[in-house]
Amino acid sequence: MNAFAPNPTNETFVLNLGPQHPATHGVLRIKLVMDGEYVVEAEPVLGYIHRMHEKMGENRTWAQFMPNTGRMDYLHALAYNHNFACIVERAAGIEVPERAEFIRVITSELNRISSHLLWFGAFILDLGGFSPLLYAFDDREQILDLLETVTGSRLTYCYFRFGGVYNDIDENFEAGARAFVARMRERMPMYHALVTKNIILMKRLTDIGHVPAEMCRKYGATGPVARGAGIDFDVRKHEPFSIYPRFDFDIPVYHEADSMARYMVRMDEIEQSLRIIEQALGAMPEGPVMAEKVPKTLKPPKGDYYHAVETARGSFGIRAVSDGTNTPWRLKLRTPSYSNLIVFGEAARGMLLPDALALLGSLDLVIPEIDR
Amino acid sequence: MTAYFKEIISGTWSLFVGLGITIVYFFKPVVTLQYPHETLPMTPRYRGHIDLVWDEVRGTNKCIVCNGCMKACPSNCITLAGEKAEGGKGKVLTQYTLDFTKCSLCGLCVEVCPTEALDFSKEYNLAGFDEKDYVFDLLKRLEAKHS
Amino acid sequence: MFFIDAELIRLLAFVLGVIGFVALNAAYLVWLERKEAGHIQRRIGPKEVGPFGLLQPLADALKLMTKNLITPDGVDPILFKIAPILVMVPAIMSFVTLPFSDTLVARNLDVGLLAVFAFASINVLGLLLGAWGSRNKYAVISAARVVSQNVAYEIPMLVIIVTLVMITGTLNLHEIVTLQTGGFWHWNVLKFSASPLMPVAFIIFFICMLAETNRAPFDMAEAESELVAGAFTEYPGMGFGVFFMGEYANIVVGTSLATILFLGGWDCPLGLFPGVHWFLIKMYALIFVVIWIRWTYPRTTFYGLLNLSWKILIPVAFFNLILTSAMLKVF
Repeated sequence: MNAFAPNPTNETFVLNLGPQHPATHGVLRIKLVMDGEYVVEAEPVLGYIHRMHEKMGENRTWAQFMPNTGRMDYLHALAYNHNFACIVERAAGIEVPERAEFIRVITSELNRISSHLLWFGAFILDLGGFSPLLYAFDDREQILDLLETVTGSRLTYCYFRFGGVYNDIDENFEAGARAFVARMRERMPMYHALVTKNIILMKRLTDIGHVPAEMCRKYGATGPVARGAGIDFDVRKHEPFSIYPRFDFDIPVYHEADSMARYMVRMDEIEQSLRIIEQALGAMPEGPVMAEKVPKTLKPPKGDYYHAVETARGSFGIRAVSDGTNTPWRLKLRTPSYSNLIVFGEAARGMLLPDALALLGSLDLVIPEIDR
Repeated sequence: MTAYFKEIISGTWSLFVGLGITIVYFFKPVVTLQYPHETLPMTPRYRGHIDLVWDEVRGTNKCIVCNGCMKACPSNCITLAGEKAEGGKGKVLTQYTLDFTKCSLCGLCVEVCPTEALDFSKEYNLAGFDEKDYVFDLLKRLEAKHS
Repeated sequence: MFFIDAELIRLLAFVLGVIGFVALNAAYLVWLERKEAGHIQRRIGPKEVGPFGLLQPLADALKLMTKNLITPDGVDPILFKIAPILVMVPAIMSFVTLPFSDTLVARNLDVGLLAVFAFASINVLGLLLGAWGSRNKYAVISAARVVSQNVAYEIPMLVIIVTLVMITGTLNLHEIVTLQTGGFWHWNVLKFSASPLMPVAFIIFFICMLAETNRAPFDMAEAESELVAGAFTEYPGMGFGVFFMGEYANIVVGTSLATILFLGGWDCPLGLFPGVHWFLIKMYALIFVVIWIRWTYPRTTFYGLLNLSWKILIPVAFFNLILTSAMLKVF
């Protein structure tokens, strides 16, 4: 599996990777037991940015928890907004106007592309290439500018509301989104020529960092990590929510299970997201963006609810238990990066340090989402 | 053996393709904004910290002291006080404090306001040395702006 | 009364000149690197300090010099302090024998080429000692990488040099350039009469030069996303600054050597107005390429680098050696 089989000696040492390390993108700490440059054991140590989002949810009204959702996964905040809006709508039985659903899908998919672009840049940065990061940021900037014109923020969005969205989009946004789709389609071949087909990158990713399907199932890894291992699962397709079933898009699945497969899944997903945005822009209906009958103080009926969405990193599920009051009785957040990270401990065993870090980068971790 | 040479040739080619892309960008104009020297206008929906809205007709703020924003705020960063209006009905705002250090710019207060007395400001150049600099007295800000 | 040898004064002037040249280059190559990287990434790069940010290196140097020189707890103080110097000094020494033009050479040694390589290998020692002395796990990993990387890359490089020496028949750098004068078709890189693989040899030499100077994509010793700062992790202020300058000085040495050995040194491509300016143009063009490469590619891994060396560069270099000797024998 790995390029070299480790040759065990007794002279191991512990290497503390993080919590402040350039490759961990935040405050993740990984305790590595190393034999020379080989990783004998890897143990992720979590909790450096734990903020008790779940507990906070129990002390706030349903609506007041909305800004928290944008702060867990700051790279794909709108999917988190979306999930929380969806679960409360499901619980309280709120019908969302069609136009609002379209706006949600478009903005969320734009946000997914921006997340993948940042991951792409940061991943290549992990591998030592600096320029692709700034090319990706150039494109990402267009998305952020676009989303800023409708949501008012650039990163931690709080745009969706129970029963719709905060405010309507205008022609400028539609034109901008169309222009972005065209621009991104033009840029993708450049990324592939500069990075994907580069022999150095191919040598670093192909056949390295195996996370096979069994391991994904064992640890509950989802998203591009599982799809790179050949598991055809995407919440948008297999547990459809919102209006995703209306769009024609593919779920990119690769069977190699190596770092390259995960890389390719994400690159292909950018193209699929562009397809969804294009179709949604074409079919955008007129109408209100907010449901009419949303009670001021929301008290969802007693019950146990679950809803999941597909974020850029995998399946994000919320289990909400309502006791009929205006605050949730329990909010359980199942975040994808957490499960994806735990894979690292087993997958990195026997790898060389640079390959292990490439594997870590290919998991696309967002630390505040792991610790939440 | 052929695979060996093929890999060398295709690999070398991919390296030159990469060099070609970066040199093209080298000669293209820069895309960055030289921030302190140039600035962009904020978009109309940009969410800065909240601000009270000036009522042109009445020559004062629009607040009716319903405390809706205070209750809606997830982080308890709004404090307001009012007193009975002289002679008339309703209340007059006497104090409106925003602790911006806690604010998450969610917009729930703006949304909940029945008289649209709140709006987002367009301020983004906020940096300072003291936490207390970010406890804004919005009523004073409004009066300073319109006096 | 003192008798002062004219030769001694000349030598002193050259030493001062060389140190000045190296220091200036080390400072302004940082500026060039940042500027070039900026434009490749579609931004401007340094621009605030002085016109076009030209005073940026001075500001950086001032900042580094004002920093406290901490000797961290547990390090070997002697090795820790001596290592930056051990990197810097050989780079400067190498310049003694490099001919910048027909007359501009400090010491025209008969074994100049050998001397340069002898000095170049001390550079590795400096990094190794510094990394070992700082008693940091990242630094020790980095040291192991530096040594094996340099050992692996000396071989193809020296095989290419042997080929070159066979063609020119001398180790004297001045003579090597003299043999190439008279236009670009006389340069070693295009000497097809000696071996049709000379451009390939030049590319191999260039790759090895990148690996020897720890430049991207072979910068595994520093590998900031893996080893934080590799061998320099523990170095504060000017300790790091000297390492940094040594690195750039080594790049200058490497590109100068490539210019002398393959690109005809001070010779004009069309055989007109030879002089030091041509040397500098060629050298800086090569440095531009070095920086351009750094900001284009991701980093290779350690075994990728060894694979490249042992599976591609060394066989090709040896093939070139055999081909050249056969050609020299036949023609």
